[in-house]
Amino acid sequence: MPIKDYIRERFFPHMWCPGCGHGTVLNSLLRAVEQLGMSKNEIVVVSGIGCSARISGYVDFHTLHTLHGRALAFATGVKLSKPELNVIVPMGDGDALAIGGNHFIHAARRNIAMTAIVMNNKIYGMTGGQFSPLTGVGGMATTAPYASIDRSFDVVELAKAAGATYVARSTAFHAQECTQMIHDAILHDGFSVVEIMTQCPTHYGRKNKKGGPAEMIKEFKDITTPIGSKAKQENPGLIERGVFVEKDLPEYCAEYDKIIERAQGGA
Amino acid sequence: MGKAKLKEHRINRDWCKGCGICVELCPKKVLELDAEEKAVAVRPEDCIACKLCEIRCPDLAIEIITEPDEK
Amino acid sequence: MSRQVKFVQGNEACLEGALYAGLQFYAGYPITPSSEITEGLALRLPAVGGKFIQMEDEISSICAIIGASLTGHKVMTATSGPGFSLMQEGLGYAVMTEIPCVIVDVMRGGPSTGLPTHGGQGDVMQARWGVHGDHSIVALTASSHQDVFEMTVEAFNIAETYRTPVILLLDEAIGHMREKLEIPEPGELPLVERLRTSVRDGVNYHPYLPREDGRLPMSDFGGVHRYNVTGLYHDMWGFPTSDPKMVHGLIRHLHDKIENRVNVLARYKEYFLEDAERIMVSYGCSARSALHVVKDRRLRGEKLGLLELQTLWPFPAEIVRDRCVGKKSVIVVEMNMGQILHEVKKAVDQPDNVFLANRVDGEYITPPDIYKILRLIQGKGV
Ligand SMILES: Cc1ncc(C[n+]2csc(CCOP(=O)(O)OP(=O)(O)O)c2C)c(N)n1
Ligand code: SF4
Ligand code: SF4
Ligand code: SF4
Ligand SMILES: [Mg+2]
Repeated sequence: MPIKDYIRERFFPHMWCPGCGHGTVLNSLLRAVEQLGMSKNEIVVVSGIGCSARISGYVDFHTLHTLHGRALAFATGVKLSKPELNVIVPMGDGDALAIGGNHFIHAARRNIAMTAIVMNNKIYGMTGGQFSPLTGVGGMATTAPYASIDRSFDVVELAKAAGATYVARSTAFHAQECTQMIHDAILHDGFSVVEIMTQCPTHYGRKNKKGGPAEMIKEFKDITTPIGSKAKQENPGLIERGVFVEKDLPEYCAEYDKIIERAQGGA
Repeated sequence: MGKAKLKEHRINRDWCKGCGICVELCPKKVLELDAEEKAVAVRPEDCIACKLCEIRCPDLAIEIITEPDEK
Repeated sequence: MSRQVKFVQGNEACLEGALYAGLQFYAGYPITPSSEITEGLALRLPAVGGKFIQMEDEISSICAIIGASLTGHKVMTATSGPGFSLMQEGLGYAVMTEIPCVIVDVMRGGPSTGLPTHGGQGDVMQARWGVHGDHSIVALTASSHQDVFEMTVEAFNIAETYRTPVILLLDEAIGHMREKLEIPEPGELPLVERLRTSVRDGVNYHPYLPREDGRLPMSDFGGVHRYNVTGLYHDMWGFPTSDPKMVHGLIRHLHDKIENRVNVLARYKEYFLEDAERIMVSYGCSARSALHVVKDRRLRGEKLGLLELQTLWPFPAEIVRDRCVGKKSVIVVEMNMGQILHEVKKAVDQPDNVFLANRVDGEYITPPDIYKILRLIQGKGV
């Protein structure tokens, strides 16, 4: 099926700004799903609130647009109550890691089979450019007019520490890599996290003098490098891309099925 | 699998927002923005059908149609 | 077959009622005095093939049950004041998206951490207006374990019938007290099952287009109909809109589906009202003491009556007005500063005749407490 068969065409052109990296995540997500050849009826996309969260309205799956930060909590109910569904949870960086940080670490801890996609633009896009827990020291934002003194999370390290069993990072520049990671994350039988660095030219770009969408997306090439590359040894400031964790551990819904068996007097 | 051959750049002018990402990142400088700030293929003959424009476009506005590359 | 008889806590009566009603998914976070519901369902739900999950907080608990309701399951969570506060945003989401769910709040003394192990009825107004924005809500309560069981079943039935969250307001005294519970046999109490759409695959299904009778048939997530659910104002397909006509239509619908059915939703009990000269209005644990006083004073020839409310929201104002007409006085008995008192005053023809008998020190309001206040009202001194 062409990827247009997976979108709700009547809502296009979408509401994102020209050159918004979130659009590339949508593009990659659609390609991943297309490659998987899954039925649209077996996919549920749950999102919170933010520019990123609007992604759910554009895809022709079962879609649940919820509350700021709570997407993973809603998704946990969807998944545990009907484990045969493929649950994909795209989130903004503020959505996933500020207001939703607690749900993020606990979903990872449970290893419930869902795909969390963190659309990390290092800013609160929807509300007008306030700093997020990913903005980092020195970043400019409407609530950091003297530059931010807040240290940032490392999404990958956080996900790893919390127990996610698939953890990957890429950027909007590396769209093909993104597609592959989302594809693999959906197939992964456990909690998977894919961080995708995206550009918000309207707020982050403007405040931090990053230039237009093209300059911003190109920067992702310059500031990242594949995991364990030589470039990283030479320049430790580079952000690593790739699959950091991929391991098999007991999955939550499957474990709960065993509880049911036990409670019903089985093995 | 043979190399896919370009047939057509299908650009949806209603969806293209003229962000310039495809223009800037095309390895062969095939694309440009026109007077209405919409992407157009000005040097289609140089296109290598790598589809980088298509997979990066945030607006799903550009599609590279290739000759069927089976056989 | 005969009814199974158990000697249980009110919280257990609640979970028995939920299981009877067909509860399939429960998410919760421990908090006194509601934890027995959460613990009990951790044990019992998987045995009937249901799912239990202990979430990281009450916010995620209500979100998780809403998600599970969308896949076609009967769902519930239980908490107490502090947790109920955390649930308000999710509760509003369930109101807006019209997703059936049951929220039990076993009230304790508040505000804040308050009195965790003592009773109170201070969340009545929070149940009504804890959610931001104009909205309507259904809240039920009960004063005996048999009623707790039945009201729990009612809560599920109302939630499914009207696609709405239903709050069950219990209190610490009821939750922890032990008394007899007879579990009705299967089929004895009517159960409302989810109304699912009959629209076939390939035909347009409108999740938010009411039928002629006002009901909105649902389609389970994972089924053949893919649609959108959002807490934003939305059209009949579930997609966001800010079209003033649609916004107005939706808020009216959310309001009217409850407020136009006040009498249908009203559950209450009447004791000795026919010849009563004075009437008490009460609910939950307070109604137990009120009833005791009524019976006791009747033995001494005093014509007292009791109207026990089991539906608090929407407030059954017409019924209250009707029962209070011509009474010498109306005494509202509750364990708060007068949350239902004001509703009763609004409802009746002579608000100056409405008095409050309350207790707000964490101690259970006893018959002597009420009697003392009665004497004051009657001008007989203490
Ligand atoms: C409880 C709550 N608090 C605050 C908001 C306001 N709000 C909406 S989106 C948002 C932040 C969005 O940032 P992010 O999650 O990074 O997504 P982005 O817009 O950047 O994609 C905030 C603070 C809200 N909707 N709900
Ligand atoms: S404000 Fe930023 S994140 Fe939001 S749509 Fe515009 S570019 Fe994207
Ligand atoms: S990337 Fe897409 S939206 Fe941007 S200019 Fe090219 S075709 Fe238009
Ligand atoms: S397919 Fe590749 S070469 Fe052709 S226009 Fe797109 S980016 Fe340029
Ligand atoms: Mg952001």
